[in-house]
Amino acid sequence: MLGTSPATDGKKQTGGDNMKGISIAKTKNETALLKKDRYGMLYYLRRDWQLYVLLILPLALVLLFKYTPLAGLVLAFKDYKIAKGFWGSEWVGMEVFQELFAKPDFARAVRNTLLLNIMDLIFSFTVPIFLALLLHEVKNVLFKRVNQTLLYLPHFLSWVIVGAMAYQLLGEGNGMINNLIVTLGGDRIPFLQEDMNWLISYLAIGIWQSMGWGTIIYLAAMSSINPEMYEAATVDGANRWRKMWNITLPSIRPTIVTLLIMSLGGVMGGSFERIFSLLNRATTEFTTTIPVLVYRWGIEGGDISRATALGLFQALIGLVLVLTADRVAKKMGEDGLL
Amino acid sequence: MKAAKSLPVGSKKSFDVWGFVIHALLVVISLVCLLPYMHIVAKSFSEDAYVIANKVFLLPKGFSIEAYAKIFADASILRSLYVSVIVTVLFTILGMVVTVCAAYPLSRRQLKGRSTLTFIFLFTMYFSGGIIPEYMLINNLGMLDTMWSLVLPLSFSAFNLLIMKTTFTHSVPVSLEESARIDGAGHFRILWSIVLPLSKPILATLSLFYAVGRWNAYQDALFYIKHNVDLRPLQLKLYYLIVQATESFQLEATEVTLSNPEVMKAAVVVFATIPIICIYPFVQKYFVQGTMLGAVKE
Repeated sequence: MLGTSPATDGKKQTGGDNMKGISIAKTKNETALLKKDRYGMLYYLRRDWQLYVLLILPLALVLLFKYTPLAGLVLAFKDYKIAKGFWGSEWVGMEVFQELFAKPDFARAVRNTLLLNIMDLIFSFTVPIFLALLLHEVKNVLFKRVNQTLLYLPHFLSWVIVGAMAYQLLGEGNGMINNLIVTLGGDRIPFLQEDMNWLISYLAIGIWQSMGWGTIIYLAAMSSINPEMYEAATVDGANRWRKMWNITLPSIRPTIVTLLIMSLGGVMGGSFERIFSLLNRATTEFTTTIPVLVYRWGIEGGDISRATALGLFQALIGLVLVLTADRVAKKMGEDGLL
Repeated sequence: MKAAKSLPVGSKKSFDVWGFVIHALLVVISLVCLLPYMHIVAKSFSEDAYVIANKVFLLPKGFSIEAYAKIFADASILRSLYVSVIVTVLFTILGMVVTVCAAYPLSRRQLKGRSTLTFIFLFTMYFSGGIIPEYMLINNLGMLDTMWSLVLPLSFSAFNLLIMKTTFTHSVPVSLEESARIDGAGHFRILWSIVLPLSKPILATLSLFYAVGRWNAYQDALFYIKHNVDLRPLQLKLYYLIVQATESFQLEATEVTLSNPEVMKAAVVVFATIPIICIYPFVQKYFVQGTMLGAVKE
């Protein structure tokens, strides 16, 4: 996924770091050095100045809005006081982290974040695969297109809208689902006003919102399967499920792995908007996740250092997760991500 | 009916039971995606009495557009709509300029330092300062409670850059570029007259990614637009109006006085989604293409 693949100048050898890889990198580096002797950077700057000019604006924006905040992470090691400012605040080493780890809120936020995201990974990640397998079986183009249009719709609604709709449908007093239940002779269920129910509703809403959209990449991968494989399988007497299991699923395996790696990075994060538009005062048990706590502490409470430390903790774990998953994928013989 | 028509032709003469089950299942799942929205629309057009009596399901009962009349009479909602439109337009233009300016050089093989530069841009996908350092930056730049806090920080998207870069690498034939070079065209010329015209679909796709993403987001507005109530984009306005209102509707200073908040809420939801719903059927294919491109590895 990252464009750092076969590094032509040998400077960035991202992949294999075994002995072989190093020796290759060395020889590449030498040739790169030889080339450098012939043409300095100035030569390239002059030859391709237009390309570098184009890069000025994006680079400036990225450096300002993506890399400057990285410097702000040092606040996690300082005792930030507004009066003293960024530079004047005292260094306190790991003290902020020690305090952070001792907070009961911290443990709960980590537990909730992991719980919600792992449940999401189990359900929201797998449903699109099943859905894509179903859609792949449909041969009628119009039927497929109409279904896809409807399935993709929830993806285009903002989380505020989804949250508002959720309360209109699942509300205890006047939600449509509950009205329906009562009409059918049942009792009202507090879908969003009770902790366990809230958790289930949260997951269901997530599936609802993302399942259709999640099929796109799988369907694309499926459409590139050689139809002759299916024909040959049919001739050999394979039925629908056999073909699904032995042709379709193996063909999309690399896609599944790549998407899984991408999702793993989010296990420590998760959408702030999603949880924030679904939480309410009646259910507090599962709603405090790391991003929510960062917001509460930092922006609402003004405890900048502690919130920064929590954010840093989250970002580091997320990065480690992505890198680990990528390494594992490569060991398994898949393409990986980086 | 559709389901019956589309039974796979290849499956002999016998009735394909599983084919039917699959089609039926898909119809049900699709309806699950559509019906909640239909209910909201129905509610928004219903008369208060029916909604209070919990009688409205998928069709409006006692047609009324009173709720919409109230929305269009509410200056603060219209003001939010206006802010959303301006922010979305500015953001989309800037986002596209930035993405093109970064993607074209990074897609040229002759660019020295290409892999390092690419790394600098794409690293941001995997590690970021997070909410608080970004908030502090916006604060230090004096951009809190300004429109710029909603336009500038997110205008660079590593994901969109990746898509555009991949497209530029593959969609423009090298021979075409070479012949242009022989004719003496510089990079600006090649970008403007060859690459961009050849990449119109992806330009449309990414513009839509930017526009819809901006239109739907409220997190940054929640963080950055605190005191200047006039600058609340529509989604943030909705957040205070509806989501917060499940706890306290009266807190929001709005001119709308309600007989039944449920009808109003439904109408506001429809009001806010109309732009998306209107363009959605036509732009859907661009989104699908873009998402597929995002998954293609270089």
